[in-house]
Amino acid sequence: MNKIVQIDPDQVEDVGPLYAARKKVYPQKVSGTFRRIKWGLMAFCLGVYYFLPFVRWNRGLGAPDQAVLIDLPNSRFYFFFIELWPQEVYYFTGLLILAAITLFLMNSVGGRIWCGYLCPQTVWTDLFYAVERLVEGDRRERMKKDASAHRWTLERISELVLKHSIWLLIAWWTGGAWVLYFTDAPTLVKELVTFQAPAIAYIWIAILTTTTYLLAGFMREQVCVYMCPWPRIQAALTDEWALNVTYRYDRGEKRMSVKKANDLRALGQHAGDCVDCYQCVAVCPVGIDIRNGPQLDCIQCGLCIDACDNVMKKINRPTRLIGYDNDINIQRRIEGKAPIYRIVRPRTIIYTAMIALVGGIMLYTLATRSLLDINVLHDRNPVAVKLSDGSIRNAYTVRFLNKRGFDRVVAIDIDGPQDAKLHVVGGDSITPDRPMIVLGRDGTTELRVLVTAPSDRNPEKSIPVKFRVTDIGLGEVASATDNFVAP
Amino acid sequence: MAETELDQVSGKTTTGHQWDGIKELNTPLPRWWVLTFYATIIWAIGYWVVYPAWPLLWSNTTGLINYSSRADVGVELANLEKIRGDKMVALGAASLEDIEKDPALLALARARGKAAFGDNCAPCHGSGGAGAKGFPNLNDDDWLWGGSLEQIQQTIQFGARSGNAKAHEGAMLAFGKDGILKKDEIVTVANYVRSLSGLPTSQGYNAAAGAKLFADNCSTCHGENGKGNQDLGAPDLTDKIWLYGSDQATVIETITNGRSGVMPAWVGRLDPSTIKALAVYVHTLGGGK
Repeated sequence: MNKIVQIDPDQVEDVGPLYAARKKVYPQKVSGTFRRIKWGLMAFCLGVYYFLPFVRWNRGLGAPDQAVLIDLPNSRFYFFFIELWPQEVYYFTGLLILAAITLFLMNSVGGRIWCGYLCPQTVWTDLFYAVERLVEGDRRERMKKDASAHRWTLERISELVLKHSIWLLIAWWTGGAWVLYFTDAPTLVKELVTFQAPAIAYIWIAILTTTTYLLAGFMREQVCVYMCPWPRIQAALTDEWALNVTYRYDRGEKRMSVKKANDLRALGQHAGDCVDCYQCVAVCPVGIDIRNGPQLDCIQCGLCIDACDNVMKKINRPTRLIGYDNDINIQRRIEGKAPIYRIVRPRTIIYTAMIALVGGIMLYTLATRSLLDINVLHDRNPVAVKLSDGSIRNAYTVRFLNKRGFDRVVAIDIDGPQDAKLHVVGGDSITPDRPMIVLGRDGTTELRVLVTAPSDRNPEKSIPVKFRVTDIGLGEVASATDNFVAP
Repeated sequence: MAETELDQVSGKTTTGHQWDGIKELNTPLPRWWVLTFYATIIWAIGYWVVYPAWPLLWSNTTGLINYSSRADVGVELANLEKIRGDKMVALGAASLEDIEKDPALLALARARGKAAFGDNCAPCHGSGGAGAKGFPNLNDDDWLWGGSLEQIQQTIQFGARSGNAKAHEGAMLAFGKDGILKKDEIVTVANYVRSLSGLPTSQGYNAAAGAKLFADNCSTCHGENGKGNQDLGAPDLTDKIWLYGSDQATVIETITNGRSGVMPAWVGRLDPSTIKALAVYVHTLGGGK
């Protein structure tokens, strides 16, 4: 039964806004194993990204000599010894499949390795934080400066100007490196500094400068927490054996002071190792407390491991109170059993096998791909022509693909109607019995090809006709099949 | 103005409107929105001044910058000519034979010819030149006015029975309608014409009479053997290709009423290099001599 309820507006409890404002994160400087790994990977990733366009690769005369080049106007992709045409875009599909499965494998072995060490968002944010620390000081100083009532001093302003200038410089270099992948890098650099470069280059640099500056300087951990789908996907993919950055609460709890813990241990009682120093929270780039257990925000960068290890060393307790571990081992330690690590298990074996399979297929197709190809398109209007002596002729538009870096001579043959005559428009004046044509280097040649069946051998119905193109010098052969249509 | 009422719950004023006791809160559009709206109105005034805007009795205001989309098209077309530039000049300078021998010029002529064919020729000859009844198939090797490059170019330039002084002239007479031949004579000569290309004749047909009728009336244009005459556009009657149809009724109809299909002249309507490209395109469809 419905009851009419009178609500007195004064009695309505105000629960506050549903929106939680961002709390600014001030990660503290930290040193240790994982910090060193992160510096190394950052140097490697940024080095590859910034300098790869300048690596040269000789492809012979007339071809670009840039090792990695996405040549959009000519629809070619160059990667060292590989040159791909637009119709071979499936190699990129293969690469994406490989990338996805590699991500799954990383995840099942060591959690969010991608997020913590390799993701561009992490790498650039890490770099921007380093700049911030260098200019403004460490965590405490930055917090104090931001909170200070008299903060707009000349010194403070010049500090901020310096920080944002360095940020913008990095961001600009990031956008600048991006456009170098799309055209000859040294030429473009020269054009850029003399303001001769095409407008589109400046536009893209501006776009990517803006996104880098905003994403790494201001959005930071919010990109990972709110914008990125991967935390959700990885949460669905993980299993109980995957090693994640974990607070070993079996060792850490109950938290107490060093002195109290020593007293308890002297009495032979269990004491927690965690001294509640909050160092793990202070260094965290996403501003969380890892001791609350695995959580969506955690990018598993391992910096809290370094922070905690430094403290444990100081108080003479074993390191890795926080470390790569899982709940199974915590449970086992509580039960007094030795921890077990299972890197090799069905999940990782299957992922590895899939990587090997996809990679193998890609390598095989790449190694055996044809550098000569032929496409045939039958005339549609008319499909067949009757000549004055009663013979039947079909016309085809044939496109030859020469993916090699030099011109070559090819011969064209057909298997089709008996005693059919082959005629290539504008291409068979030298050898009328077996048309031969020259295919230009690294390009396609389109020709009109006529096939005529003699009047006494007219096929009664459509029969298949196979076009074969043979490289006279190299012996490479490619073929395509179409139909010879009777009217 | 009416007194404004304050809503206790929301702390907002009401508009004073009331429906069945329900009052409407006064929630105006955001200020930035309203200002943007006014700004667009001011912007529009600028448009009236700078661009053509107001219709006048016979024309319209032209605006300060004298903009015209038609002039823009002219600039675009001029640019197009500039882009084609040297290539089309080379096409205009080369002879028809040389174009066919040079792969680059041939590809250019075929591309240009294909576009021009689609725009100008396809309505009658079909998009691929397959033709239709009364409109020749340009893919085959049977030509009314000749299938060499020069002859094709000539036909495109001046047409057939087009009214142009240099056009191909000559028509198939209406032997029946004009009373030159009687009905039974037409049937006999139709049978004879069909027999020239090996088609069956009807029963009781007198071959000798047919041959005599053909020699007396048709051989002037179509030749003694019926091989036709390209100077007059008289088709070869001994081949397997029939412009209007080879069945007895159609042949009788042709002899009775005559035929005189028209091909327009394109000289003056298409520039010389486009006509050249068209000649090469048609010639390389497959049937060129």
